[in-house]
Order: sequence, then structure tokens, then C-alpha cells
Amino acid sequence: MKYVTEFRDSKAARALSEAIRRTVRRPWTVMEVCGGQTHAIVRFGLDALFPPGLTLVHGPGCPVCVTPVGLIDQAIHLASLPGVIFCSFGDMLRVPGSVRDLFAAKAAGGDVRVVYSPLDALTLAQAHLDRQVICFAVGFETTAPAFAAAVVQARRLGVKNFSLLVAHVLVPPAIGAILNAPGNRVQGFLAAGHVCTVMGCKEYDELVRRHRVPIVVTGFEPLDILEGVLLLVRQLEAGRAEVENQYARSVRRQGNPEAQAVLREVFEPVPRAWRGIGEIPQSGLRLRHAYAEFDAIERFGGDVALVGEGGVEDAECRSGLVLQGLLKPPDCPAFGIRCTPERPLGAPMVSSEGACAAYFRYRRRTDSLQEVRHGE
Amino acid sequence: MCLAVPGRVLHIEEGPLLTATVSFGGVTKDVSLVLVPEARVGDYVIVHVGFAISKLDEEAAQRSLDAFAALGELGEPEESAP
Ligand code: SF4
Repeated sequence: MKYVTEFRDSKAARALSEAIRRTVRRPWTVMEVCGGQTHAIVRFGLDALFPPGLTLVHGPGCPVCVTPVGLIDQAIHLASLPGVIFCSFGDMLRVPGSVRDLFAAKAAGGDVRVVYSPLDALTLAQAHLDRQVICFAVGFETTAPAFAAAVVQARRLGVKNFSLLVAHVLVPPAIGAILNAPGNRVQGFLAAGHVCTVMGCKEYDELVRRHRVPIVVTGFEPLDILEGVLLLVRQLEAGRAEVENQYARSVRRQGNPEAQAVLREVFEPVPRAWRGIGEIPQSGLRLRHAYAEFDAIERFGGDVALVGEGGVEDAECRSGLVLQGLLKPPDCPAFGIRCTPERPLGAPMVSSEGACAAYFRYRRRTDSLQEVRHGE
Repeated sequence: MCLAVPGRVLHIEEGPLLTATVSFGGVTKDVSLVLVPEARVGDYVIVHVGFAISKLDEEAAQRSLDAFAALGELGEPEESAP
């Protein structure tokens, strides 16, 4: 595929990893924020190309993984109501709630449907005027504008049976929380290229100014990630702390103004709990008052709000540590034994962006490291 | 979740959602261009959950690839170019 294949070239990958080796003189710990990047790193064995002193830790950039148990319980409650069609991205179905997951709610008779786009849910609402269609709005700044645009379209069309269960989270407050954590050892970040495609680089300028850490906005293909790491270690070795943009083919400094406008029109920031991590100020989104009629919690009343309060995590799951880069998935005692993608104890084992799922899928195959080094 | 892939715009319909037919290596999908209204037929766009979120800057992409190629020449002088 054009603009994908070229960014997986093995000769260029070798050259970039050589350049990284030549640059690194001291030990560094850097974090890739986005789960999509984690998957590429583990799948293509990019971490094996780095010199020993360079440690890459995986970050919290998996919206499915950080959705609190209480919200999953609310989703299950809503999906089980008569007359409701509950729409979700496929990733959410196996994420454990306190007692069961959405998949179990579906097996028990709930009408749960997997959608690819928020517009699919809107189309379902138009086709089933006698039903209430609720869509689970999960994702970072990359995804929130799509849900906002669907809400604006629903209002324009006068669709009354469409609402959202909003679980959106924001990246910069999470980076701030990692940097403020007492035992933090992350010295530089690869920021998520698609989040910045929407939001631009301004919020990251602020983080760099406040914390003096280099941040490189980075794409998702192997060569993007290797170049992102190279730019990052060059900054670290030179003692610089700047925002650099590796992913210029998609990211403009000011971001995407249309996407930002619709996001701000429909949503506003709120404090949000991150699963396994805890509450982070102004790190989530909710529908603005003017769009409250599209809020499933408003629409379905007090019961749902209460359901969200008693969420219980699995006691054995270490997802909080994994999401903060403090534990590598294979070091979790349950990994691959009591926790597998078929029977997950925590969300990082389910989501297509979860770090535990990445290691389970790719790190049990010894040949995976060869993929980039010797071509595909 | 942030998975977004580049595809080429084949056709654009007018209408509030600016629905376009976008080809991903031959597989086509309907994609809304409301967030990238400047996209035209023939452009590459980066698509996420049914919406284009940016127009791919083909010159910037080429600059990256050229830089990788140059690095390859520098890094491996003993290898003759194919
Ligand atoms: S391996 Fe399973 S139990 Fe361990 S942290 Fe990952 S999701 Fe949780």
C-alpha cells in the first residue's frame, strides 16, 4: 500500500538503527505514548535494534485500556436495557467489567453491535426509529472529532434516538501525570502522531517548557518510529528539549482546525479517572450542556450514574503499572497463564493497542525480530 | 484505536458529510471529508473511524524517504547501490 510499504523498508531500518547506535553515548529511558506505536515496536522487533543503554518503555496510550471499570459497567447496564441497540468498537467487547463484559451482555440477549465508525451508529438510529441507539465514544483526541461530527449531524437531521456514552481521554494531561509521578524515569517522549494530526503541537510546547523534556511527534510505521527515536536521542545527547515533528506528512504545527472546532463545539474537558492509574485533572471529555440531550447518562437517568460508582478491578491485574511503563507485560505473573486474549484479566490483554496483547501476539514467536532486519 | 491509514480519494459527493470513496490499496470505503474539506480527488488522506483527519503531504513524505535513503548511503559505505 502506498505510503505504508515504503515506511517499512528493511535497508532504511538498518541505517536508522545504525545512526541511533552511533548517537547514543549515555543510558536513556524514553516512552512511546501511543499503543499503536507499542504494537509496531513489538511486532517488528524494533527494540532489539537499539543499543543496550537505550530503554524504551510503553505508555498509557490505549484508550480502551484506561477506560475505568465503572464506565464498562455502565455500558453493560445500558446494553442490557430493553429497546436499546448498543454500539461499540470491537475492542471494548471483551474488556472485563466488575462482573462480566459486553460480550456476555450480548450473549445474555443484549443487542450489542460492533461498529467501525460513529456514523454507522447514526445510520442504525435512522433505520430503527423505535429503538434507542447508544454508541460507546472511546478514544483520544484523534477519535473525539468523529464522534462530535456525528452528534452535529444527528442534530442537523433531527435524529432523536441517538446518544453517546462518552469515555474520551486526552493525552497531554496523562504525559503531565507521568512526569509528575514521584518515581518517574522517562526522559523523553515519542508523542502520538495521529493525536497531533488533530491537535497540533502547541500543548506539547507547554509540556516541554514546564518539564524540560524532549518530545518528538512520531508516526506509526517502523521507519517513523526509528526516526522518532533517533531525533529524540540526538536531543537528549545534545541537552536540548524541544518539540520536533517526525510525522510531517500528516501533522501540521497548528493541527487540523476543522477537527478542533467541532471537538470544542460539542465536548468540554473534565477530570477523569484512568483505569489502573487514578484521576487526572482535565484529562477527559464530556458533552457540553448544549448537547446534553445526546448524553446517554442524562437520557437514561440516575440508575446508570449509580452503576458507574462501584467498579471493581481484578485484584491480580497489574495494568496500572503496565500503563505507566513501570512493568513489562511478560513480567506480570498472570501473563499468558491466567491472562490471555481469550480469557483476559485486564484491558491491555484485549485491546488491539494494549501492551499485554502486543507481547502475547508477537513475542512468543522467535522469528518476529527478524521481520525488519531481513525484510518482510 | 488511533489506527489511521492513508488512502486515495477517488470520488467526492456533495452533502453535509462530504462523503468520498477512498481506495486503500484497491479496497474502497466510504469516508467523510468534513474534517478535511480541502481534500480533492486524487489526494491521499489519512483515515480514522470513517473520517479523514488529514491530507497527506506527499512532498513531506518524499523528503522523509529521501532522508532515509541518504542515511543508508552514509551508514553503509561498503555496500554498493543496487
Ligand atoms: S498480563 Fe493480564 S493481568 Fe497482567 S497486567 Fe496485562 S492485562 Fe493485567
